[in-house]
Amino acid sequence: MMRDDTEFLEDDVYNFAYLDEDTKQMIRRTILKAVAIPGFQVPFGSREIPLPHGWGTGGMQLTASLLGQSDVLKVIDQGADDTTNAVSIRRFFKRTTKVRTTRSTREATIIQTRHRIPEHPLTEEQILVFQVPSPEPMRTLVRTEAETRKLHAAGDYSILYLKLYEDIARFGNVATAYNHPVLVNGRYVAAPSPIPKFDNPKLHRNRALLVFSAGRENRIYAIPPFTTVTSLDLEDYPFAVEPQEGRCHLCGSTSAFLDERVTDDGDRVFACSDTSYCEERRRAKRRPNEPVTDRAIEESAGQ
Amino acid sequence: MSTVIKGGEAAIRASHKLVAEQRRGDVAVPELSAAQVREQLGLGVDRVISEGSLYDRELAALAIKQSQCDLAEAAFLVRAFRATLRRFGVSAPFDTDKMAVRRRVAPIYKDPPGGQFLGPTYDYVHRFIELGQDPIEECRDDDDAPLDPTAYEAADTSAIERSVGGLLAEDLLEPLPGGDPSGKVADLTREPLSFPAQRDTRLQALARGDEGYLLCLAYSSLRGYGRNHPYIADLRIGEVAVSFVIPEIGLSVTLGEITVTECQTVHQPGNVPDAPPRLTRGYALVLGQNERKAISIALLDRGLRAEELGEEPLLPTQDEELVLANCDNVSSAGLVQHLKLPHYVDFKGQIQVLRRRRAEYERSRAEQEEQAAE
Repeated sequence: MMRDDTEFLEDDVYNFAYLDEDTKQMIRRTILKAVAIPGFQVPFGSREIPLPHGWGTGGMQLTASLLGQSDVLKVIDQGADDTTNAVSIRRFFKRTTKVRTTRSTREATIIQTRHRIPEHPLTEEQILVFQVPSPEPMRTLVRTEAETRKLHAAGDYSILYLKLYEDIARFGNVATAYNHPVLVNGRYVAAPSPIPKFDNPKLHRNRALLVFSAGRENRIYAIPPFTTVTSLDLEDYPFAVEPQEGRCHLCGSTSAFLDERVTDDGDRVFACSDTSYCEERRRAKRRPNEPVTDRAIEESAGQ
Repeated sequence: MSTVIKGGEAAIRASHKLVAEQRRGDVAVPELSAAQVREQLGLGVDRVISEGSLYDRELAALAIKQSQCDLAEAAFLVRAFRATLRRFGVSAPFDTDKMAVRRRVAPIYKDPPGGQFLGPTYDYVHRFIELGQDPIEECRDDDDAPLDPTAYEAADTSAIERSVGGLLAEDLLEPLPGGDPSGKVADLTREPLSFPAQRDTRLQALARGDEGYLLCLAYSSLRGYGRNHPYIADLRIGEVAVSFVIPEIGLSVTLGEITVTECQTVHQPGNVPDAPPRLTRGYALVLGQNERKAISIALLDRGLRAEELGEEPLLPTQDEELVLANCDNVSSAGLVQHLKLPHYVDFKGQIQVLRRRRAEYERSRAEQEEQAAE
């Protein structure tokens, strides 16, 4: 039978946040190095943790190393707090740390995410932890790591620009919809994890520390607060976010990233992918059809 | 009504309850104990020890029971546990020449120095599923007297010379490569795999790699995707003592005994210009009794030495990034199965791009048709 969540820590078999202190220290040092060289993939000795590789183990190791007793943790997957894997990861940290968890973006001090950046702007007080499946932006173009390492060292990213050119020549536009590579601090090109292009501009001069980790690939990298981040593009084909269509059927937002759902009748309806943002807006909405202002959200959140 | 792939706490709890029920099976059948697994499903335990890379038979048995004998899952449980263990030091190197040999074959000689010991092996069991009496069980009942240990155990292990000793004396076999003079050995569980990988890292990665993957790759090297026909020079299974030097007092203490499988293979000479023609080596050391895996690793070790030995690396088994970076079943099982997680955000992006491309396609076709009509 399943053990009760509360029994877990009382056994005293596992350390706070599961990983032992030496490992957490090693990961924190790796983070410091990653912060010192923005966008550079720092190798680290990734550990196994009880979730499968590819399900967020890199992000979890960062979160485990960063969490302190007073932190407030939020976990999202596809922007939502209630997706299965987000629930599972949040539950893992509840069991192993008993820290407070939240669904609210503004309340959280650490947010672990897969595939999205929250809509609500982050602050200097927050850390956004990205789960990364494949940290190497040139992986599909250059097969060996020995080669990609050299290209990074030489700052030679011509192959990525060539890919943009080929997309335009073949398809008439840039064919990446997510995980569009970014140049960090004018030096290293990094994979923004598969966030939609929509979220790329949020990487630029973000107030929060953005840390990325790929557990299976043993890599950690970071975008420190206020770092210049540009999405790769060509002069005559500047980077552009995919145009959004639709309107959230719950909160009416047209500016947030919208999930598309097909109803049983075959209609398409849209809803905010960021559930916290959407809920906040709905709470702030006093009358139907009334536009939701930032001020109304602030007031509602303060209540 | 919209259908959404989301599940909350309640769904996960219910799912775990179902697992618990499924795992227990029919309650009328007595529950299996971890001790039974350890004693009676020992080769499964050995596989979990090896892929979990932690020599703990109790824990491996428990993991097998907990995972319904899904051995990849069991290895994963063991790995997750081992990751929490503090590293207090590194054991002293042990000498496999001093192994208490239970099984030893040296097929390149008719009568190898030191003798051959079949030990417990299925090699010569006829593989009938015995619905009635098990022939192996029958043998046990044959006579009540226990086997004479001298008949199956090397009386004096030092008598078992390396079967390759003669080849070395004739300089027909390459000498063993020297290790790092500082005595430092890589530790894959603490440092990431990076390429090009040194041999210590390579052998560690292979030692905890997925048996099935290694086996089939090694198989491919025998079936035409390889050009270095192997011979097993020495394959042995037995117990070795693990000792640890306590740095504060400089004393060596024996921590215990572990079962290991060691395989040495010899292969065709390499292609290094001006080097004397000599047989080349492959090597494997695996935790537990795992000879199928040990042989596979020795073959792959030799394959991955291609560049070092002046061979053009053209085959999958000569590609270290392919072999090493993909051999871990904790990683591969995780990533392959992560496809079950929601992907609707990136999928939506994909569809948006596809719609645009499709519209572009329709437009240009219409244009072409118009032109054709003119």
